[in-house]
Amino acid sequence: MSKYYLNYLDELESEAIFVLREVWAQFQNPVILFSGGKDSIVITHLAKKAFYPAKIPFALMHVDTGHNFPETIQFRDDLIEALGVRLIVGSVQESIDEGRVAEEKGKNATRNALQITTLLDAIESNKVDCAIGGGRRDEEKARAKERFFSHRDDFGQWDPKNQRPELWNLFNGKHFEGEHFRVFPISNWTEMDVWNYILRENIQIPSLYFAHEREVILRNNSWIPNSEFLKLDEREEIVTKKIRFRTLGDITITGGIESDADTLEKIVQEVSAMRQTERGNRADDKRSETAMEDRKKQGYF
Amino acid sequence: MQIDNNQLLRFTTAGSVDDGKSTLIGRLLYDSKSIFEDQLEAVESTSKQKGHVGVDLALFTDGLRDEREQGITIDVAYRYFTTPKRKFIIADTPGHIQYTRNMVTGASTANAAIILVDARHGVIEQTKRHAFIASLLHIPHVIVCINKMDLVDYSEEVYQNITGQFEDFSSKMLIPDIRFIPISALLGDNVVNRSENMDWYQGAPLLHTLETMHISSDINKVDSRFPVQTVLRPQSKEFVDYRGYAGRISSGVFRVGDEIAVLPSGFTSRIKGIDGPAGAVEEAFAPMSVSITLEDDIDISRGDMIVRANNQPEAAQDIEVMLCWLNDKPARPRAKYTIMHTSNEQKAMIREVIYKIDIETLNRKTEDTQMCMNDICKVKIRTTKPLMQDPYRENRYTGSIILIDDNTNETVAAGMIV
Ligand SMILES: Nc1nc2c(ncn2[C@@H]2O[C@H](COP(=O)(O)OP(=O)(O)OP(=O)(O)O)[C@@H](O)[C@H]2O)c(=O)[nH]1
Ligand SMILES: [Mg+2]
Repeated sequence: MSKYYLNYLDELESEAIFVLREVWAQFQNPVILFSGGKDSIVITHLAKKAFYPAKIPFALMHVDTGHNFPETIQFRDDLIEALGVRLIVGSVQESIDEGRVAEEKGKNATRNALQITTLLDAIESNKVDCAIGGGRRDEEKARAKERFFSHRDDFGQWDPKNQRPELWNLFNGKHFEGEHFRVFPISNWTEMDVWNYILRENIQIPSLYFAHEREVILRNNSWIPNSEFLKLDEREEIVTKKIRFRTLGDITITGGIESDADTLEKIVQEVSAMRQTERGNRADDKRSETAMEDRKKQGYF
Repeated sequence: MQIDNNQLLRFTTAGSVDDGKSTLIGRLLYDSKSIFEDQLEAVESTSKQKGHVGVDLALFTDGLRDEREQGITIDVAYRYFTTPKRKFIIADTPGHIQYTRNMVTGASTANAAIILVDARHGVIEQTKRHAFIASLLHIPHVIVCINKMDLVDYSEEVYQNITGQFEDFSSKMLIPDIRFIPISALLGDNVVNRSENMDWYQGAPLLHTLETMHISSDINKVDSRFPVQTVLRPQSKEFVDYRGYAGRISSGVFRVGDEIAVLPSGFTSRIKGIDGPAGAVEEAFAPMSVSITLEDDIDISRGDMIVRANNQPEAAQDIEVMLCWLNDKPARPRAKYTIMHTSNEQKAMIREVIYKIDIETLNRKTEDTQMCMNDICKVKIRTTKPLMQDPYRENRYTGSIILIDDNTNETVAAGMIV
């Protein structure tokens, strides 16, 4: 084989860097939506490469539900400091206090849906015209349908039946005042690609991804971490397990898996043998068959 | 654990409504064990609710609410799977004529197209349209799958008839590599596993074909083209004089020391350094994203193109383009649009529609020249400034354009420079 060919990971990396540079060239005020999860960490790493030796020219935006893993917030603050970039925080607690949204009630209440309002408010008040996300098409069936450059109307809504054609490398980011774009540079990556890349590049990730002892309860077949926000019913019992997380979301809904994988190598090995998708443990997706599509139409990540 | 050096193959499905495209992708994923348990459970329970016998394989890709309700594909779904030999990106596209533009989206980056034909119906208009689009987009490899062989008693005669029809029709098109496979997407014959019902077929099943086809020469490695996306000027002391031209190499190879020309200005210089994603490199090639520094200070900005001094594209303001119209509003005669070509963007006017293709016969119609949704026409476009262009057949990325309507900001047409 000729020496002038890229392996798939290099090709995906170059594709993502191209998309990030295209965002910088086409928009006035883009931000990276930073959740503290592995996908947004990989995006940030790619952005570092895309603009090297200049600094990342975007701010990072975090939608803070208030229901965080403390480790995630620490990780976020350390990263911001190391990169010397600006952090914008949209606070769900503030949205609640201001009466913009109402807290869900009951045992399975989460702040997942509330984030949409906070996110759209933060986009509007900071005059953001492009929010870069770590969404991947292999994550979920509605995401599998989304373009790299995904248009949002002035209510922040996605119209999946009327997406712009997106051909070759020609990305059309044109929009009117008040509208914005969501851009997904790692659209074509799978969970396996992300882990292989983290391993190859030796990217720092929060300790939560590695196996550790933690107090958990069993709910809907997954291990939900004990926290100040958790409401137990009588039959639920707190136990200590060695677990790790495959994705990170709100502490109230992110289920861990039992695991001994405490190094990146072991994680890669474990993920390659998985028979369940990573979102299989996310209560937010289990609510209905089209839960993700419905939330995305309203403006979700 | 080592990261393998597998290459990426991007393929797309094509063919008329209900020919079984989504079912085929579901079958391919299922039989290659690329479906996760929770995905399977979800699809099994939905299939049961809908009264389907067994699993409705199309549900693995038809992810939108409307698609699942109507049982059709509306927009492209991207799926991924890996075998020990290759990594695949699949674009499952809609067959319905109304959504042809989504089919074009999925096909534009593909190395290979799988065109499905329903064995009971043979080659019909939408098959022809898709085959023609695949040839226009110059997809290097086309695999025609004659599907639903289970419904025609796995008859060799039916298969031979359809391949004959297809060959007759496609002889007028330029498809470099074309193959035929009789399959049943529903039951799995010749998809991943060899069929036991069709001894008369000696060729390989679909997956094996995808795993082994030669794709290294799909990229143009001769004509070095580097459209500048943006200029990197770090504000730090360490890099005060650094001025890097960032972009993705469209084709060919660039080396440190190469004599280059910057277009459209025509100034020449030499490459001082190349920064790739993993640091400084001596040479870089398509499709790498890099940042290039030059020996001389030249005024360069987004939309310019760096090329080898001894191999330059043609600069032209009047270009002939095969245009697919993708918008429900017809083209306005002599109206102005924004044209995007590599990182270059400017105003352009459609000066003349030379002819429209009659999809049924592939003949050229010169009387009816109104461009409506899904029409394919040869047109003359005039741009305000010269475009640095190559013919699409020689260079996918410097030979393609889109048109944007400034009134709506929508992408209304996709074009291939002739
Ligand atoms: N008997 C039989 N039925 C099949 C086969 N392949 C697909 N079908 C059926 O044909 C119907 C349409 O299949 P889909 O996979 O949804 O067709 P499609 O080409 O994706 O359709 P669009 O995406 O809407 O253009 C479904 O009812 C399938 O079960 C096959 O090999 N044999
Ligand atoms: Mg389909």
